[in-house]
Amino acid sequence: MRLSRIALAALVLVAAAALGFGQSVELVGAGATFPAPFYSKVFDEYSKQMGVKVNYQAIGSGGGQTQLKNKTVDFGASDVVVTDENAKTFPASFVSIPMVEGSVTITYNLPGNPTLKLTSDIVADIFLGTIKRWNDPRISALNPDVKLPNTAMTVVHRSDGSGTTAVFSDYLSKVSADWKSKVGVGQSLNWPVGVGGKGNPGVAGLVKQLPGAVGYVELIYALQNKMPYATLKNKSGNWIVPSLASTSEAGMVKIPDDVTKVNLTDSEAANGYPISTFTWILVYKEQNYDNRPKDKVEAMMKLLWWMVHDGQQYAEPLAYAKLPAAVVAKAETILKSVTYGGTPVLK
Amino acid sequence: MSVLLIAIFFSLLLTSRHAILANGFRFITGSEWDPVTNTFRSLAFVVGTLVTSLIALVIATILALALAILMGEYFKSGPFSAVMRTAVELLAGIPSVVYGFIGLFFFVPVVRAIEEPLGLPPFGVGVFTTALLLAFMILPYSASIAREMISLVPSDLKEASLSLGATRSETVWKVILPYARGGIMGGVLLSLGRALGETMAVTMVIGNANVLTFNVFAPGNTMASVIANEFSEASSDIYLSSLIEIGLLLFVISTLINIAGKVVVNRMATR
Repeated sequence: MRLSRIALAALVLVAAAALGFGQSVELVGAGATFPAPFYSKVFDEYSKQMGVKVNYQAIGSGGGQTQLKNKTVDFGASDVVVTDENAKTFPASFVSIPMVEGSVTITYNLPGNPTLKLTSDIVADIFLGTIKRWNDPRISALNPDVKLPNTAMTVVHRSDGSGTTAVFSDYLSKVSADWKSKVGVGQSLNWPVGVGGKGNPGVAGLVKQLPGAVGYVELIYALQNKMPYATLKNKSGNWIVPSLASTSEAGMVKIPDDVTKVNLTDSEAANGYPISTFTWILVYKEQNYDNRPKDKVEAMMKLLWWMVHDGQQYAEPLAYAKLPAAVVAKAETILKSVTYGGTPVLK
Repeated sequence: MSVLLIAIFFSLLLTSRHAILANGFRFITGSEWDPVTNTFRSLAFVVGTLVTSLIALVIATILALALAILMGEYFKSGPFSAVMRTAVELLAGIPSVVYGFIGLFFFVPVVRAIEEPLGLPPFGVGVFTTALLLAFMILPYSASIAREMISLVPSDLKEASLSLGATRSETVWKVILPYARGGIMGGVLLSLGRALGETMAVTMVIGNANVLTFNVFAPGNTMASVIANEFSEASSDIYLSSLIEIGLLLFVISTLINIAGKVVVNRMATR
């Protein structure tokens, strides 16, 4: 008799503790490694200001999409907008909100860390395996004052499904018919040559370790690891160094009505870096699924609203470009369209 | 146990049926792995798994035999023996990911230093590095078992051999090892099983190149490694299904090798 009363009391206490546990909201997100440094920073700042903790797992854009599809995360992060065909396999309709803009740089490991000038066809041929050595005449012609060694090129690509790969291959398909027919566009590709690294950090690590390696990573990874990156010739014929400024420039193009159709690769902008992209956060349009508590949904939507407004101040110190005003306006419209039980969460 | 095995087999079969029907028999004979055109063929990974495991097995068996003879025959007791035994057993306890880091930061530069003077592209990562790393990972299993088997050889056999004038090394090679053959093979088989399924350490040092290659100094990929890399992002149904089909193939190959190994062990044990 005594024992069962004690047990009952313990059970009530535990239940009370569990209910009272909803004090601090915790959100879970997963996806792209491309914006991971930016997201880490803003989530940290937001938790300091508002007490909402966000657990973000950088597993790649494909992973972010899959986890959202499986409803294991509150939001997914992807560098590429989900294709219509893939979107049909999701259990409900979802929205894609642009968060920040970044660029993909071509980084390499050469003695003396020279800054090389490369044209788009050379980049395509490097990753196709047609150009095999660093002292190839086409590269030396563009870089007469750099002593290029006779080292073999080791291409480093992604081994996991990646939005960075999708953006890069989208650019290559636009500038090289050869690439388009042989490899194509996608988050996972049948790479003709090279070794694979996991995530942006994996590629950066491999390029840093292998002499003569060449790979593609988001700008911040090259900057923070003090790795050299190539200057590319853009569509307007200008030589552009990947930087915060040239990434922002690439975004100064006419934004289509459906912002998810915007594509910045091989940008028309005169001084824009040719391999830039927006990166997106995906959430379901109707948030009342699987008994999601309202306070959690409100906390998440407030976080996302903050990210496209005040959160943008943290982008530039990390060399990500802020969203252009036109894009922020579109993001606001999309955010306001997310509902809970039919009524919009944000007013 | 066998119910569990059958259940695993059928669950793999069921979840990969889409890919089995779509890919057909070419799945086993082709080597292309292209998620863009949805062409999935597994030969590159099967060859990668078998080549890395077999090279690792050869290296590990030589090392394990040496260790086993040393600890089972020459230094059966005493402080040196205790230290060696503990060290070998600790090797088995190191997590796979930690081995991956050891491989990445220690083995890769060493192999690169070997490749450069030989005129090979200095990847550092590749099939050979993986095999080397795997050899150290599977060493404890075969070494410990072999040591046990060698120490269990009855001493009257050894004494008889020595009294007939054989030297100590002759006794080891001609009396002890043939006697312990079956048990040693069993230990070798156990370690092969680990090598076939090893995932994390392999994926960090093999270079993740989804191409068929017999060149041990080139990057390649194994079945377990490609599943680990691509599973979480496989977005289309056929892609996911094909990865599970690779899992099924790995399961089948491991089972077949184990059965073959058991037959060999039985033949060796019952003379």
